[in-house]
Amino acid sequence: MTRSFDFPGGIFPPERKIISTRQLLREAALPTRVVLPLDQHIGQAAEPCVRVGQAVKTGEPVAIGQGMLTADLHASITGTVTAIEACPIPHPSQGRYLAVVIERDPDAPETWQRMPALDWRSADSDTLTERLTRSGVVGLGGAGFPTQIKARVHERHRIDTLIVNAAECEPYITADDLLLRTYPQEVLDGARLLARLAGAERILVGIEDNKPEAIAALQAALADSSPERDTCPIEIRVVTTRYPSGGEKQLIKRLLDREVPSGGLPADIGVLCHNPGTLRATLQAVRDGQPLVSRIVTLTGEALAHPGNVEARLGTPIHSLLEEAGLKERELGQLLMGGPLMGFPLASTALPIVKTTNCLVAATRTELPPPPVEQPCIRCGACEEVCPASLLPQQLYWFARGREHDKAQLFNLFDCIECGACAYVCPSHIPLVQYYRATKGEIRAHRLEAQRAEHARHRFEFRQARIEREAAEKEARRQARAKAASRVTAHNAEAEPSPRGKPALGPDSKEQLKQLRIAQAAAKASLRKAEKALARAGESGNDDTADLEVQVATAQENLQAIETRLASAKEASST
Amino acid sequence: MFEVIADNGILAAIVALVVLAAGFGALLGFAGERFRVEGDPVVERIDALLPQTQCGQCGYPGCRPYAEAINQGDEINKCPPGGDTTIEALADLLGREPKPLDGEAQQSPKVAYIREAECIGCTKCIQACPVDAILGAAKHMHTVIVDECTGCDLCVDPCPVDCIDMLPRPRSLDEWHWPQPAGPGLPQQATSLSLIASDRQLSEDRRSQRGAA
Repeated sequence: MTRSFDFPGGIFPPERKIISTRQLLREAALPTRVVLPLDQHIGQAAEPCVRVGQAVKTGEPVAIGQGMLTADLHASITGTVTAIEACPIPHPSQGRYLAVVIERDPDAPETWQRMPALDWRSADSDTLTERLTRSGVVGLGGAGFPTQIKARVHERHRIDTLIVNAAECEPYITADDLLLRTYPQEVLDGARLLARLAGAERILVGIEDNKPEAIAALQAALADSSPERDTCPIEIRVVTTRYPSGGEKQLIKRLLDREVPSGGLPADIGVLCHNPGTLRATLQAVRDGQPLVSRIVTLTGEALAHPGNVEARLGTPIHSLLEEAGLKERELGQLLMGGPLMGFPLASTALPIVKTTNCLVAATRTELPPPPVEQPCIRCGACEEVCPASLLPQQLYWFARGREHDKAQLFNLFDCIECGACAYVCPSHIPLVQYYRATKGEIRAHRLEAQRAEHARHRFEFRQARIEREAAEKEARRQARAKAASRVTAHNAEAEPSPRGKPALGPDSKEQLKQLRIAQAAAKASLRKAEKALARAGESGNDDTADLEVQVATAQENLQAIETRLASAKEASST
Repeated sequence: MFEVIADNGILAAIVALVVLAAGFGALLGFAGERFRVEGDPVVERIDALLPQTQCGQCGYPGCRPYAEAINQGDEINKCPPGGDTTIEALADLLGREPKPLDGEAQQSPKVAYIREAECIGCTKCIQACPVDAILGAAKHMHTVIVDECTGCDLCVDPCPVDCIDMLPRPRSLDEWHWPQPAGPGLPQQATSLSLIASDRQLSEDRRSQRGAA
């Protein structure tokens, strides 16, 4: 047993994992209709690339990711696209989102469209990254972060350790446990693949000691694999069960005694964390050329007659999975997606499985009673004792109530991992996490508004500059015309000298010229500044340079306007 | 000369002070020239607080002119798109009393939407748009770039066929956030995290067992 370290706080909620670990992993029945929402991941939604009425094979892309942080989406059954419309999605907002609906003929056989298989041990990293991008693999632990972005993190950070996050600390959820029992070798191979891609020197598997079968399976798989197969050493580290040791930052602290800096990423300290499900999906994408079309979902709760873990196609309706697991509809009190501490309630069962659905808890009323009435805070400090991020939950609660966003940020609200430990121990039943989530959302909304305002301001300034330039050019043309006309009249009058003669260069126009020259220098300087800022942003790899480009264009327009003015003023003074 | 000064204490002090004053004066003057700030920084800060819709509902042609006017002493409650939050932020910045909004507050962010079948391609709305968010050409259909539209309303009036509607801005999933709980003494919303009451008891038993052991 190797040395392990500790993170502060934590709680010991009853695990209730036994409900769903008594049965082996099985495959869910193939659904006849799937709903695939276009936004199942963190980042920009994908754009549909199929038409209504088009026949698709399993594994065929139906939507292509847009932008940097995004993921593709693939058909999870063989059938016909019947609609691309807003459908209810499993999201805490209980809203609707654009989704691709595919229906299949129940008797038709399934045909697959796979990409060519690659050998992950020899393929070069560009090929592998491209494959991940085309496979729609995202973090399957619950966050849904696109894996190809994580695979490319070594371009900016040096990674020394890849951690397989198999802690799975939240009550009820056993999807990773069953996955590791069933496919330990695939998970380890996936870890080897991503470790090779990231240039990691070692792989650590962090797993809680409440999963002895999974640990045994991993050890057997490790003993099986021949030594030359191991490009980098793998170590299994068993940690004692305590919630939330499956938190990325908490697990890193426990295994390596390194702390992720506030507002930073694990990559900043040379660590990459992956969920076992993601690793298997990655391996399948590379080794078999099979995109992400299914995932393992834990079906649990006392309202189910046959709880267990199933491998379900993405987009499968939740009610069909629950019915398969023997849902006792009259006993169902509440349906949760995710665990009881970090998940959220679903309003109906007519929702599809998405890439981030790791668990469905169909709970009876006695099992998950409605939350008690919130009482005033008695300042007992219990929340502070259990906070795994060493925050001051009580202070944050007051700031959230008073909507003091600046202070909440000063007290590192954004380091809160929303694990729910504070709300769990609160004797006043205050939904603390709910307050933090709301406050975080409000702060993010404010930031977004500020960004929008800034963008609009640049657009407005650009328009003003353009109008200015157009006016200056019009004026210059008018002057040129007037001059041409006066020359014609002068020519007609021939030798007769102009009665007014050459206009004397007054002090006014001299002053004007001087001012225009100063303005020209200032405009040149601001153009240079804007160009420099844009170049800097380009070097630092910042993709959001649209505003800076507008600023450069504005400076160019301004400069052009002033130069036109200056030229016409010079012309006027020289004649 | 030096001896006279050295002998006379009061004179020495005066000379020293004059020399110091001249030295620091020169330094300050140089710094003032060298690090001169172009423009008025207060106006910049006021401008940063305004919502930049450029709608002109304050009576000024854009947000920056209004920021300048506020700096000159105009009221801070003339910005309906900004609403109470902007008034409060401005009051905070300028040390003035917040006042109720002059005008109707906007309910939710809006965007312009052109009913394209009815558009005759007159380009009047394009000329009115302060942020170049409308795309089109003479005698061709126009359309609004939703991401650029600030919902300022300025395109609605010039339209000769009234084909522009102001619709609520579509919200992406990322923009959604949890609502704040109701507060103590009130029943919690269904969206609240549901703790397992029986679990809580079990876990307390377990903790006391641990304590005993």
